Amino acid sequence: MSLTTSLQNPLRVAGRLSLLSAHAFMAAIAPPYELRLWIREMEQIGVRSLGVAAITTIFTGMVLALQTAYSLPSIGVKYYIGTVVSKSLVRELGPVLVALIVGGRIGAGMTAELGTMKVTEQIDAMRSMAADPVKKLVVPKLVATLVMLPALTVLGDFLGILGGLIVAMGQLQLTAGFYINDVLDALTLQDVSSGIGKSFFFAYFIAIIGCYNGLYASGGADGVGRATTNTVVMASILVLVSDFFLTKLFYILF
Amino acid sequence: MPSAIYNIRGLTKSYGDNVVIDELDFEVYAGESLVILGRSGSGKSVTLRQLNGLEKPDSGSVIFDGTEITTLEERDLVPLRRRVAMLFQGGALFDSGTVFENVSFPLREHTDLTDDEIAEIVDQKLAMVRLSGIDGVLPADLSGGMKKRVALARSLALDPEVVLFDEPTTGLDPMTGATIGHLIRSTQRDMKTTSVVVTHDIPLARLVGDRVAFLEGGRFSFVGSWDDADRSEDPIFSRFLAGLEEEESHVA
Repeated sequence: MSLTTSLQNPLRVAGRLSLLSAHAFMAAIAPPYELRLWIREMEQIGVRSLGVAAITTIFTGMVLALQTAYSLPSIGVKYYIGTVVSKSLVRELGPVLVALIVGGRIGAGMTAELGTMKVTEQIDAMRSMAADPVKKLVVPKLVATLVMLPALTVLGDFLGILGGLIVAMGQLQLTAGFYINDVLDALTLQDVSSGIGKSFFFAYFIAIIGCYNGLYASGGADGVGRATTNTVVMASILVLVSDFFLTKLFYILF
Repeated sequence: MPSAIYNIRGLTKSYGDNVVIDELDFEVYAGESLVILGRSGSGKSVTLRQLNGLEKPDSGSVIFDGTEITTLEERDLVPLRRRVAMLFQGGALFDSGTVFENVSFPLREHTDLTDDEIAEIVDQKLAMVRLSGIDGVLPADLSGGMKKRVALARSLALDPEVVLFDEPTTGLDPMTGATIGHLIRSTQRDMKTTSVVVTHDIPLARLVGDRVAFLEGGRFSFVGSWDDADRSEDPIFSRFLAGLEEEESHVA
């Protein structure tokens, strides 16, 4: 019994996530396109996450610069600060940190919103009026996340590199020109495309898990609370675990 | 007797080992108002949710106007759901939209009306529930009774043939409950809708019901007119109607 029940639950979740993904995909490509709802979600998901994404990445860039310079002072590693900061940010820390911080915020928001709608019968009301909750609620969130998370990642990469510049100039007595040249020499198209590529996958995981946990929430306010926590945990783990495999994949592809 | 718009046969639904409704058979006649009474947890709402396909039965059939609906997929239920509206227990208004956006929602979904035409219908439906002029208010700023009235306006937006009412007066004070009851009665008359009302509120049931059915133990122990109901010798049903406590044997 223990083996079957312990396997049943993850399998059921995986099955429902796949069905929800397929349903959302079909609903997304079928007209009419609810552009008004998409834009409202982009504002909610993207614009309102700007501050938290900016603070996270600026300080990460600053810390990267400091740590690199202080950890290996003797071999003149400070002249490679631009390389270290930009490569680590664009390939890895930008997409992952933005996905973790912003994803926690927006994924939890989606679950709380949809979960509350579920337990107050608003989802049923929508169905009873012959409207598809997946098209009306899930698709706009999914589309908005797929657009905004990579956009925030690109912005975060810039700001993180800027953070590195602040430390390079303020603490390490490098010139702006030197640092920027180093960054531009170091960064390749592969770095950029692999970083942004990852963030599309992260966006999909966060949105589909956030929506799934909301739509299947039950048991009143308590249930919505549990579902919201569940989203943050599931999304964070999936981002971190998939990051390893995606890194591997992008090294093979490019 | 007019023709039956709903024909329900052998409807059974259980959750786990708990059989909530057990081989229910009943009809809903066009133009009537059928009240389904029953104690809390007797399966009234579950029964109602089968009538627009929100839930699927384990077995049995629900035939609406000649069409078997229990086998239909969600998208194939669209024509039925345009003709059958539902009023939910808490109103189930969309918190994210204003009163206007809520009442206009079904019109935007299912009609090609212009903004002016939609505004006119919304005004008219809000006037029917005596709530003119609150278009821009958010549901969070409405009282429980007003939410139900806005929800009633929303459910009437597409001029449905059938309206399903799930506990329309639960959580309201008796006067507000009576207001809702009279509104339901007047919309039934004015719009000539068929209604199925699930409730345990006896005054409401007497006000809005032409026929009454009593759900007990997953089955209807009584179906008939109010005159017959008042003469019923079913011990549980007569205690229920009189508002008496459960007999010892039922307290368990």
